[in-house]
Amino acid sequence: MASTYTPIATSTLSSASNLVTFNSISGTYTDLILISSVKPTTSGSGYINLQFNSDTSASYSRTYLNGNGSTASSGRNTGETGAYIYGNAIVASPSTFITQIQNYSNTTTYKTLLTRTNDTSNIVAAFVNLWRATSAITRIDINCVADTFASGSTFTLYGIKAA
Amino acid sequence: MWWARLLNSIAALYGTGAVASTTAYESIATVTVGSGGSSTITFSSIPNTYTHLQIRGIHRAGSSGTGATDVYLYYNGDTTNTHYYAHQLYGTGSSAGAGSANSPVNAMATVNNGATGSVFAACVVDILDFANNNKYKTLRTLSGVDTNNTNGFIELTSTLWSNTAAITDISITPANGTNWQQFSQFSLYGVK
Repeated sequence: MASTYTPIATSTLSSASNLVTFNSISGTYTDLILISSVKPTTSGSGYINLQFNSDTSASYSRTYLNGNGSTASSGRNTGETGAYIYGNAIVASPSTFITQIQNYSNTTTYKTLLTRTNDTSNIVAAFVNLWRATSAITRIDINCVADTFASGSTFTLYGIKAA
Repeated sequence: MWWARLLNSIAALYGTGAVASTTAYESIATVTVGSGGSSTITFSSIPNTYTHLQIRGIHRAGSSGTGATDVYLYYNGDTTNTHYYAHQLYGTGSSAGAGSANSPVNAMATVNNGATGSVFAACVVDILDFANNNKYKTLRTLSGVDTNNTNGFIELTSTLWSNTAAITDISITPANGTNWQQFSQFSLYGVK
């Protein structure tokens, strides 16, 4: 059997930034896994989203399940300009996000993402995001909206190749 | 490996980079549904050389609805529903809920074929200690779909199979009795 689950690229911020990019992602794999450990520069201010192939159009939507320590809730948003993998401003430092990007390189289907979100000061959540494009994903921009990712934030992209 | 750690360190200095290494995670088999559709996806003769299994996929099933629907996952040809027990925690996009069933009907969620044509549900399924013949088997899943309308669905599930046999076969079937649609794909991986 072929070994897989290969680290493709990693980024550890040495200074604050509102953008981390993984570019020129090859179509070698079947799925991608993005693991983000995020330290917000200003707690409770910034939001995280993903954009693919530099697409900033309103072609992203999400459905989510939240637990805030006392209540479970669900919601959805459409017409967004990025795939928000957390609906709230990031509080905990770090907050962690494990995002499964399934069949990212096929050119037949829209792309569906699954994320487990952990902001330990605030919320535990699960997100499913849709990017309404059939293009193969070759670039991922990880954006911090209304804040910056602080130094020490880490982002690692893995590839999984099916038999 | 020392060289991978070195490359990681160098990559970290520049904020990006690429490192390859060997892993204990291996691809076992993949099924991709063709133009005729398929009522069941089956993985057979699964080797017991791994400790855990993971199934990853994109999928849609065949009914005319536009929202999510349930999926059965059976082991070793055991289709007696009462041998399984499932719990789910889910979000519909407007409310959160929890449920249970004395069947494997909540193994994961998929999307009905009435949804926009290019929308597929996704899943990540973990089957822990699948070859151990002293334990009942537990599956856990993260699955869901967003259809860009009011029919999104996301769920976390856990399913018990009350049997100590090593799992050698897995079948995955839409609960509404329809076919998996073309381009649905399930891949089986083993973790040592």
